[in-house]
Amino acid sequence: MAYLLESTWYILQGCTTTLKLFALTLLFSLPLGFICAMAKTSKVKVLKVIMGFYTSIVRGTPLLLQIFFVYYGLPIFIPGLRFQRFTAAVLTFILNYGAYFTEIFRGGIQSIDKGQYEASRVLGMNYRQMMVRIILPQTFKRVLPPIANEAITLVKDTALVVVLGIGEVLRNSKEIVSRDFTISPFIIAAIIYLILNYIVVLIFRELEKRYSVYE
Amino acid sequence: MSNPMIKVENLHKSFGDLKVLKDVNLEVEKGETISIIGPSGSGKSTLLRCLIYLEKATEGNILIEDQAIALNVEGKQQHIAEPQIRKNCSKLGMVFQNFNLFPHKTALENIIEAPVIVAGKSKAEAVKHAEELLAKVGLSDKRDEYPCYLSGGQKQRVAIARALAMEPDVMLFDEPTSALDPELIGEVLNVIKALAQDKMTMIIVTHEMSFAREVSDRVIFMDQGNIIEAAEPQKLFNNPDHPRIKTFLDKML
Repeated sequence: MAYLLESTWYILQGCTTTLKLFALTLLFSLPLGFICAMAKTSKVKVLKVIMGFYTSIVRGTPLLLQIFFVYYGLPIFIPGLRFQRFTAAVLTFILNYGAYFTEIFRGGIQSIDKGQYEASRVLGMNYRQMMVRIILPQTFKRVLPPIANEAITLVKDTALVVVLGIGEVLRNSKEIVSRDFTISPFIIAAIIYLILNYIVVLIFRELEKRYSVYE
Repeated sequence: MSNPMIKVENLHKSFGDLKVLKDVNLEVEKGETISIIGPSGSGKSTLLRCLIYLEKATEGNILIEDQAIALNVEGKQQHIAEPQIRKNCSKLGMVFQNFNLFPHKTALENIIEAPVIVAGKSKAEAVKHAEELLAKVGLSDKRDEYPCYLSGGQKQRVAIARALAMEPDVMLFDEPTSALDPELIGEVLNVIKALAQDKMTMIIVTHEMSFAREVSDRVIFMDQGNIIEAAEPQKLFNNPDHPRIKTFLDKML
């Protein structure tokens, strides 16, 4: 029992890194995705092309490969550009998740009925008023379920940074596994991920409930 | 004689190769109620949408109280800046077939949105006016309901109140009862009738023939992008000049 507690405590220490990676990624990739979606749904052709390029590349290649590329590859292309391991991981995650959020927001904005745009226009609203007051509030409600999905995936994807040797939940449990030849740390890790995701689900459920006063 | 409220001259509208409006001419006087009838695809809705700039006129003039939405000088269509058009269109209010209420706002919030955000009224003032309008359309008790809890007829009445809240000089109705269950049509038509009695200038695209006959000062029959005949309802419904109109009316009744 004491052994289990000790292992759990050690693995939980990795939780700080996992949570930090999770929080920083969401904090920056959501606004990034939002801005890119606005660019992608705008009338400016150049922006659309750039955004199309960004989302195709990021969504078309494995996240793991992207982590390798940013950490090992970038210093070769741009000498002197060498990130700390954790910084490289966070940057990659933000860019990666930003691309998915771009597409989620874009889909959300474009799913709003064109009658909403027309009603806003005949009432005299300009583009900014229409977006801020009418289109985006409805978009946020619609994108909550897919964003929840991404957040859950993100919790699990944080385990990928084990390849950079960053001491998060999975890496810490793996250390104990290799040291003591027991698989119980993996079970502990699984339980930690489950709990984290349960919390994520609860938060989004609450948000969705708050938005469900209409429709 | 003052200038007409709305003046449309040689209006053409094409979508690609499809000519939807072909040389439409129309004048609407202040206080007039005009119904536009005709088969679907005849360009009735497109005409309304050109007036309020939801569609851009391909060619011709549209003047709202002498201010141009579309202007053609010696065969060349002039460019008018977006803010100027928005300002000129602000004299028009529009009601849609599908209501297009804002689902995330209550009935009251739907009505005060534009007065506060666009016209810059104080919230208290906008609320006071909105409550008067809700009373006018008979929905004071639905003040704080979200649109999803309203029936079609109630939604459309809120939409009318929302358009009126911007105090337009002209109201455009694009098939306001076409999406409604038959038993809900009457309540919406009654509101429009009351507006006609108040001498609101209105253009109504409708398939409700008896309503058009009762409420209109003039009825316009459109077919294939042209105005075939514009006449007082008695004349147009009882003794139209054009045989096409008679065929259409026979089918409707």
